[in-house]
Amino acid sequence: MSQPPAKPDLVTVNIDGKEIAVPKGTNVIEAARLVGVDVPHYCYHPKLAIVGNCRMCLVEMGLPAVDPATKQPVIDPANGKQKINWMPRPQIGCGTNAMAGLHIRTNTPQIKDCREGVMEFLLINHPLDCPICDQAGECKLQEQATGYGRGYSRFIEQKNVKPKRTQLGPRVTLDDERCVLCSRCIRFSKDVAKDDVLGFTDRGSYSTLSCYPGKQLANNYSLNTVDICPVGALTSTDFRFKMRVWFLKQTNSIDTESSVGVNTVVWSREGQIYRITPRRNDEVNDTWIADSARVLYKQVRDDSRLTTIQVNGQPAELDAAISAAAEFLKVGNVAIVGSGRSSVEEQFLTKKIADAIKASTQIVARAAEGDKLLISADRNPNTRGALVTGLISKLPSAQLTELAAAIDAGKVTTVLAINEDLAAAGLSAEQLDKVKIVYVGTQSNPTSAAAQVVVPTHTVFEKNGTFINQQFRLQKSQTAVPGVAGTVNDSVVLTQLLAAVGGNKLASDIATLWNALSAEIKSLAGLSFAAISETGVVLSSTEFASLAFPEGETLHFKPAAKP
Amino acid sequence: MPAPSQRRLIFQHIDEPGYSNDLACYVRNGGYEILKKSVTRKPEEIIDEVKKSGLRGRGGAGFPCGVKWSLVDRKSGKPIYLVVNADESEPGTFKDRYIIHQDPHQLIEGIMISCFANNVKQAYIYIRGEFPIGARILEKAIAEARAANFVGPNILGTHYSCEIYVHRGAGAYICGEETGLIESIEGKRPYPRIKPPYFPAVLGLYQCPTIVNNVETLCHVKHISDMGGEAFSKIGTPNNTGTRILCVSGHVQRPGYYEYEVGKITLGQLLNEVCGGPLPGRTFKGVIPGGSSAKVLRFGEIFTLKNKDGSTRTLTVEDIPMDFDTLAACGTMGGSGGVIVMDDSVNMVDALANLNAFYAHESCGQCTPCREGSLWMKKITARMVHGDARAEDGALLNSVANQIAGRTICAMGEACSWPTMSFVAKFGDEFKAYPETKNAPKSTDALELV
Repeated sequence: MSQPPAKPDLVTVNIDGKEIAVPKGTNVIEAARLVGVDVPHYCYHPKLAIVGNCRMCLVEMGLPAVDPATKQPVIDPANGKQKINWMPRPQIGCGTNAMAGLHIRTNTPQIKDCREGVMEFLLINHPLDCPICDQAGECKLQEQATGYGRGYSRFIEQKNVKPKRTQLGPRVTLDDERCVLCSRCIRFSKDVAKDDVLGFTDRGSYSTLSCYPGKQLANNYSLNTVDICPVGALTSTDFRFKMRVWFLKQTNSIDTESSVGVNTVVWSREGQIYRITPRRNDEVNDTWIADSARVLYKQVRDDSRLTTIQVNGQPAELDAAISAAAEFLKVGNVAIVGSGRSSVEEQFLTKKIADAIKASTQIVARAAEGDKLLISADRNPNTRGALVTGLISKLPSAQLTELAAAIDAGKVTTVLAINEDLAAAGLSAEQLDKVKIVYVGTQSNPTSAAAQVVVPTHTVFEKNGTFINQQFRLQKSQTAVPGVAGTVNDSVVLTQLLAAVGGNKLASDIATLWNALSAEIKSLAGLSFAAISETGVVLSSTEFASLAFPEGETLHFKPAAKP
Repeated sequence: MPAPSQRRLIFQHIDEPGYSNDLACYVRNGGYEILKKSVTRKPEEIIDEVKKSGLRGRGGAGFPCGVKWSLVDRKSGKPIYLVVNADESEPGTFKDRYIIHQDPHQLIEGIMISCFANNVKQAYIYIRGEFPIGARILEKAIAEARAANFVGPNILGTHYSCEIYVHRGAGAYICGEETGLIESIEGKRPYPRIKPPYFPAVLGLYQCPTIVNNVETLCHVKHISDMGGEAFSKIGTPNNTGTRILCVSGHVQRPGYYEYEVGKITLGQLLNEVCGGPLPGRTFKGVIPGGSSAKVLRFGEIFTLKNKDGSTRTLTVEDIPMDFDTLAACGTMGGSGGVIVMDDSVNMVDALANLNAFYAHESCGQCTPCREGSLWMKKITARMVHGDARAEDGALLNSVANQIAGRTICAMGEACSWPTMSFVAKFGDEFKAYPETKNAPKSTDALELV
């Protein structure tokens, strides 16, 4: 096979006869992935330290033979090529790194036997309770037993007995009999979550995962151990016994709890969400997510959810609500309170409404201490979106003091509040009473209670949209479940409102909406919703270089020097 | 041919009447004189002597000590540690404990010479938890040597300083594996490290270059520094130099420890002459020549070995010289020098059940094949001896053992599987006959009760 000359930092390795140039130091599992060769493994995880304990990734390793005396390649007379010295013992793929001329074989009888052996060993003391195991369907033990096991058992002895339902912490339940002792969870807790609470007690086959005495697996990243557990040992107490995973639809989404913009997968069935898991993005969140982000879907069916369009406290049709809202917005002095939680599209439409009626715009800041990992100091997922769309031109504050003063002075008579509670942002009940309020949002709150027009809208799980995270990375979130009955898509509400107040008539579907976005916003030029890759697009941020963003360092993010 | 007489280099004073383990007695017998001479030499000279001596590690693997020392990364700028492996846990081995109990200063002198040669400033003696008295003796001996300026800052008026610390294990066989031992000193579970990249010579204790040597090996360094590598290499046989202590246990008239030039005594001479042969009325059946992990030899086996000139020679078990190379050529190993003898009163399935129980208990549990395989083998042999053996169990045992060896992180994979492999291979008849002869007779009472 002819190869283009390798770049200096690349080395050519040969895996099952296929040659590929990979960066020096790439391990065999990753290199093999690139040529379509599956090297099965349990303990190896691309984002964790290498321990090599499962022995599932054993491969045959060889290096080109060199005559020790002359330093010349030894040529195999049979084929005229350089001879390969194969090591007599199999080596672990996870701990073997690419070097020039490395040869790997995974398709030999010895490796087949190695894999069958490890599979057999892992299964002899495994309870094989797949029918009631939450991991069934996404279990590495199941998959690799199918792919690499012998298919029959030779074990007639008693299986080991271990604790069956240990509460490791508030959110994680452990079944020790299912554990294959890969130590992924231990390494994650120690190295990534920096909360060293897990370890093994006892030894040999009786080794048992547990928390250190007096400790709990209670950190806000504890559920990642459930994700990386290759078997059903660690389960989410929340998700346990709720649903078979193969019934669940997966939708790519974005975590909206802070400006980190963790990539997620939303798992749903028949309009109901069952869990949220992280989606790998090596530039944002690796393969991790905070526990707090996993329960955000609970707002969808929360008791506080608004599900009735109302005008003056009475149920109304959307058309009536839009015209009523437009009447309020067209007369008087309007202030629009947009949201850093709204999508870029919604912020764009909000800005257009503001321009059409010459309203002032602001959003509410949500600052709190970051956790240095995947929750940043800015708890709005899309402050940058508000900047890019021009909804705001300076960083927001948490209290709407200027608006409050304007209401007191009678300079503002109508407020359009989008997904923000004005009371929480510092407006008094008297101030809310002084103005007409149009509320567009998902949850009930003092603002929706005081509003003349209420239009219930969709949560992030019920609509398409994009968000711009702290890295100015534009990321998209897609519709996981349809909106609950009585709610309307935000873009539909905002486009109709825009038209009703005399602005442009825009289509509300996201693909068409993006024609306007890319035409009108310089940094989005040339982009379309479909063109945004699953890992996002980094936008130019030079325009906002002078702003003092609140975020500190998090995983894969270093704040720019303070201006 | 009559057995040669013992050559006691290491055990010169062991069991000597009036010889005590205090410093005064050691110094009276010429102790620390070699250290005094050694510190006046260039360290490299001592390393060269050890290389020339051909000394091979006495802990089990028989790796050349000089080569081990030469692999140490001396350019890293990090401190170099010496770790003394006194975790003598291999069943059948009881040599280091006598050095520690009766002649601890010999070990300390060997350590100090080795440390001086390798520019080591801190040495750790890792002693197994089951040797509490040994640990106390070492502590006392180190304190004495320190008070006499043989250990500690600026020893013997030189600019060289070195401390020795005793670190007690907590009772785990795996701590004898050098990287497991290092983890244990660091205060962690003794999970052996993956190699590459964690070769002790480069990334050892606290990620610094580290030399791990057995107690007996380090004692030999003292004698090598004394007599010179050249002279040491003439003791024993080529590539199997020096003396070594053979610990004989089991069914012989005089079990015990004996020190011989390596390869100068055959297994037959050792067992029949030195140890007085089998117990009255018994005959030898099998022998494990190098600690319980070594493959068993069956009396009556014939080995055909290749000579250097291409010709062949045949050996019986009794003919095998107790060295490293011939034992390896016969498919077993000199290992730790623990010779375990079994006579015709032993059923080999019962013996293997005992060994398997040990290895299942001692597997650290880190990597899959050893963790699961060792317990499975134990469960099989335990079931067999509890009256539920099957004719196919021997073949199953062998298959399980073969799924372990060569596929684990550390040598415990071989240690736990070689006994099973060799017992089944060499005494397969006993495994096949076991269900017939040992299973409980099937009761017919149960039928009547129905």
